[in-house]
Amino acid sequence: MTIRIGGGQGFYGDGVGPVADLLDTGLNYLVCEALAELTLAILQKDRQRDEALGFTRDLPVYLQAAMPHIVDGRTKFITNAGGINPVAAGRAAAATLKAAGATGVKVATVVGDDVRGRGDELRLPADALFANAYLGARPIVEALDAGATVVVTGRVADASLFAAPLIHEFGWGWDDWDRLAAGVTVGHLLECSGQVTGGNYSGPWWENPDPLRIAFPLAECEPDGSAVITKPEVAGGMVTFDTVREQLLYEVHDPSQYFNPDVTADFTALSVDDLGENRVRISGARGGPPPDTYKGLVCTPAGWAGEARLAYPWPDAEAKARAALAFIKGRARASGVPVEEWCEEYFGVNAYGGPTVDLSGDHEPSEVIGRLAWRTADAESAGRVSQGTGVLGLSGPPTISSTGRGRDGRPTQLLAVDAFPVDRKLVDSQVRVDIEEV
Amino acid sequence: MARIQLRDLCGARSGDKGDISDLSLFADDPAAYEAIKAEVTAERVKEHFGVLVKGRVERFEAPNVLALKFVMYEALGGGAPRSLRSDNLGKTHAASLLRMYIDVPDDVAAGARRRRAPVVR
Repeated sequence: MTIRIGGGQGFYGDGVGPVADLLDTGLNYLVCEALAELTLAILQKDRQRDEALGFTRDLPVYLQAAMPHIVDGRTKFITNAGGINPVAAGRAAAATLKAAGATGVKVATVVGDDVRGRGDELRLPADALFANAYLGARPIVEALDAGATVVVTGRVADASLFAAPLIHEFGWGWDDWDRLAAGVTVGHLLECSGQVTGGNYSGPWWENPDPLRIAFPLAECEPDGSAVITKPEVAGGMVTFDTVREQLLYEVHDPSQYFNPDVTADFTALSVDDLGENRVRISGARGGPPPDTYKGLVCTPAGWAGEARLAYPWPDAEAKARAALAFIKGRARASGVPVEEWCEEYFGVNAYGGPTVDLSGDHEPSEVIGRLAWRTADAESAGRVSQGTGVLGLSGPPTISSTGRGRDGRPTQLLAVDAFPVDRKLVDSQVRVDIEEV
Repeated sequence: MARIQLRDLCGARSGDKGDISDLSLFADDPAAYEAIKAEVTAERVKEHFGVLVKGRVERFEAPNVLALKFVMYEALGGGAPRSLRSDNLGKTHAASLLRMYIDVPDDVAAGARRRRAPVVR
């Protein structure tokens, strides 16, 4: 028995077009991974405005794309689109199914990752805006065992969304570390959508076939834990040893100990074999017991930010941009605005590379954009710095240019997100799977 | 020995976890892997990134995919939603590492196969 799983989303705001190509190949599961650390902070800002929000609002779009496949039972749908409000997301999923006329579809909502209410026990900061534990595959497996066709979760570890259906289908034990590690490996390879099929590729990315239509990936998974990573033939991009290994190590820290709530996987034990024709086989996964605690993520307010971008052409572009940024900083100091941190960047010089850029020699860039960002304790102060920038138009260095439309310079709130360990028992006692039949 | 820039020898990809920048460096054959393993140490990477990386740098090896992993702490200005940097996710750190020059055996330099993208104006 081969189980086919597709990676239908890699972040909140990803494309939905490639999902149709994936579904046409015949999937048992479509998994949509919507949450990065940054995403939770974005969702927090949503929920501050409206208590009914806090989930990724493109959930209905992905559901609709998969609707015919879900309704006739060909494909099950798993997503962590619940973000910091899975209950609201579950309702949105059920409403989307009802609106499409679906009947007899079981929608499961996994709740319990929210630990903000346990702040005293976990010694969380009093001003925590959200605090969540990364759940593993267990509640999703429970939902699938109960017959759910659509599973909506909050903060579940990305790879666990994909491991869960394999554990459910193949009946892998919770102490079968090598198989669990295999499931996490498949999940990790699929969770960033186009990043394993030629997107963000540091090799010859310009040779991607059909670059306007980079495929989303799928895995053909076997009961022994081996899998072939591939893509729909009709879509563009590529799956090679090189694209797969770039994703394999993406954001994993120590590759010999990739921590997941259910298993610690050793990615250095894997065999990665390029079979040609956009098929790469993964086998030999090794795993061991998971860490004693769940990983938590807590978000706290961290002040406000403003920024200005000022562009200048040759000649003396860098000198002009530096003078403009010094002007803004000087004006802010003179007017007594309490700025806690400045960040100066010069695009065209070394904005990204910083000290890795060799600035010896006399090359003069043809243009430089100076970017100044600042952090203040409150929004009003951040706005006061911005007010000092307009005068540069006529009273600053010569030949200033706009950098285009789209930035109004309004202050934005900064949020700190910090990882912390969470007692498993505390979380497990509050995790619940709610099932609603549409 | 020959001096070579990593852009001609390796691929690289980077990402974030909190204030940590996580960077992978990929070689294309075992000889090149041994060369980068000898040359691209955690200490050199820490020095290369200077003020961009305020914390320590750890290195891990993944010989099965001919890769080195660098985990750089306090490297993103406080973490994505807190950072004032344009590149608050550290996606460009991979490119910045490829700027490094290292000394490699002549056959490794001769076998370097990373190509440059054509510019069509």
